[in-house]
Amino acid sequence: MATITGTAAAVKEKRPRRSPSKSQLIAWVWIAPAVFFAAVFLIYPVLNTIWLSFFNDTSTQFVALKNFSHIFTDPAMLEIVRNNLLWLVIGTVVTVFLGLVIAVLVDRVRIESAAKAAIFIPMAISFVGAGVIWNFMYQYAPKGQTQVGLLNAIITKLGLPPQTWLINPQVNNFALIAVYVWMWTGFCMVILSAALKSVSSDLLEAARVDGANELTIFWRIIVPVISPTIVVVATTMVINLLKIFDIVYVMTGGNYGTNVIAMSYYQQNFTFGNTGLASALAVVLLVAIIPIMYFNIRRYREEVRR
Amino acid sequence: MREESAIPPSTLMRENPLAGGPSAPEVLARGATPRERLVRVVSSSLVTVIVIIIALLWSVPTFGLFISSFRPAAAIQSTGWWTGLLPPWHFTLENYQQVLSSQGIGTAFLNSLIIAVPGTILPVLVAAFAAYAFAWMEFPGRDWIFLAIVALLVVPIQMTLGPVLSLFTTAQITGSYLAIWLAHTAYGLPFAVYLLRSFFAALPADLFESARIDGASHLRIFTNILMPLSVPALASLVIFQFMWVWNDLLVALIFLGGNPDKAPLTVAVANLVNSFGTNYQVLTSAAFISMALPLVIFFSLQRYFVRGMLAGSVKG
Repeated sequence: MATITGTAAAVKEKRPRRSPSKSQLIAWVWIAPAVFFAAVFLIYPVLNTIWLSFFNDTSTQFVALKNFSHIFTDPAMLEIVRNNLLWLVIGTVVTVFLGLVIAVLVDRVRIESAAKAAIFIPMAISFVGAGVIWNFMYQYAPKGQTQVGLLNAIITKLGLPPQTWLINPQVNNFALIAVYVWMWTGFCMVILSAALKSVSSDLLEAARVDGANELTIFWRIIVPVISPTIVVVATTMVINLLKIFDIVYVMTGGNYGTNVIAMSYYQQNFTFGNTGLASALAVVLLVAIIPIMYFNIRRYREEVRR
Repeated sequence: MREESAIPPSTLMRENPLAGGPSAPEVLARGATPRERLVRVVSSSLVTVIVIIIALLWSVPTFGLFISSFRPAAAIQSTGWWTGLLPPWHFTLENYQQVLSSQGIGTAFLNSLIIAVPGTILPVLVAAFAAYAFAWMEFPGRDWIFLAIVALLVVPIQMTLGPVLSLFTTAQITGSYLAIWLAHTAYGLPFAVYLLRSFFAALPADLFESARIDGASHLRIFTNILMPLSVPALASLVIFQFMWVWNDLLVALIFLGGNPDKAPLTVAVANLVNSFGTNYQVLTSAAFISMALPLVIFFSLQRYFVRGMLAGSVKG
């Protein structure tokens, strides 16, 4: 990257200059369509949503921060925020950890690419498709009847009572998060696996010669060396999980205590017509993402500077 | 360098990110005593077994749906799909015939194509023009405009849906394909500009310089030099954007306004879930039809597919 941007910068100075006004005008013609789309469909709506979040349900009366205080005081809303936090923490930790462990494991076997493909395939499936697949896995029949869902068939074989995975509030959020983990672990694995390839094998060999066991090597050498990549992967998961919508929409519709912010946003805006509260929910998502936005911009500028 | 910019260079430059690397058991066994070598061979077979188990676990849910989609309705309701693997086999295409003929899944498949093809070409084209200007032209405000696009990359789509819907309704295009094409163009744009700019900027400058000296116009350089050189990046981007639009539920749900004649597969399948609940024979085949094209793309263009998905993950 350093060499690439270096040459690009050097060349810009060498490039023959035409009359500035004309070449600038040409440049604007080239970016005009993109700027149009960004301004009309992204920037204006974002500003408008922020504005609307300070108004009532029909956007007719200024209510200051009432929508926000509602989100953080109303019990139903707090449950939604709590669920989203659960998704965020568990989803990120489990996908990144599993992705890393599997990446380390597949690195040592001959069937590496087949195994990686098997774990990556769910990325090709839509959340809707995954929802149907897992509805089927989680299917429930009362005790004594034939269990058609695989999970209940297994646990009843083990002598446990069948579970209503998607309805029982003690497990349903975790059951939904498991679907996400199933879909995105492959992504984490592939990126982390690429980073693992670049951990010096001399370093690992030296540690082994010194008598370090594989667990020590994993925590003391591999994890610290690839930690920048872990951060990037975890950031990606956080962005995804903050806005999680489809899985909840398809599998529970946000019922049984599984609602999340993006789902509630959809209901408030397009079912209940409460524009103010919906906009405030969207703003909460935006605010949560701003640190990542800042991080991205800083990283980009560092890349350019080098 | 690798560690700073973890996603784009390290993964995009690899031939196929799913392919195996060098560190095989032999590397581990190098220079060890026979006893140590034995221990390592045993432990590496153990690892192989664990990896196979994980890969199987990951495949079971999809495989279960796949098997179910070929089982008769009565069997799906009364026995687990795994019992269908044992003879006597009773596989049938009924479920597929049923959803294609009476549940409108055939139309939905066409709708998905009608939405996804322009929804891919438009943003890639608009982004390619802009990315060329950002990479190889000088104009005031260039860096600031580009930084704004980097910032837009992660803006939650929810921040835009309401106002954009109002715009479309004012323009009387809500519920039309045009609305959804425009929306996907805008939502796909920041990432496409970002990816293509970094790819274009990394190309050797001499190419552009000598073409300019020979008097070639920007349009000529763009079509005759830049596009052919950018095929790998474009392929990854096109696949990513296509998959994103094909698998999208939210944008279609909102901008098509529940119009069933124009609903893509994701919306049609979600509606089936809501209306059929546990009537699985319809759902199994419908869901599999919705996955068919992505899976074909995955298996036939795996390298570009994986690259595209990896690079595209930064999208908001």
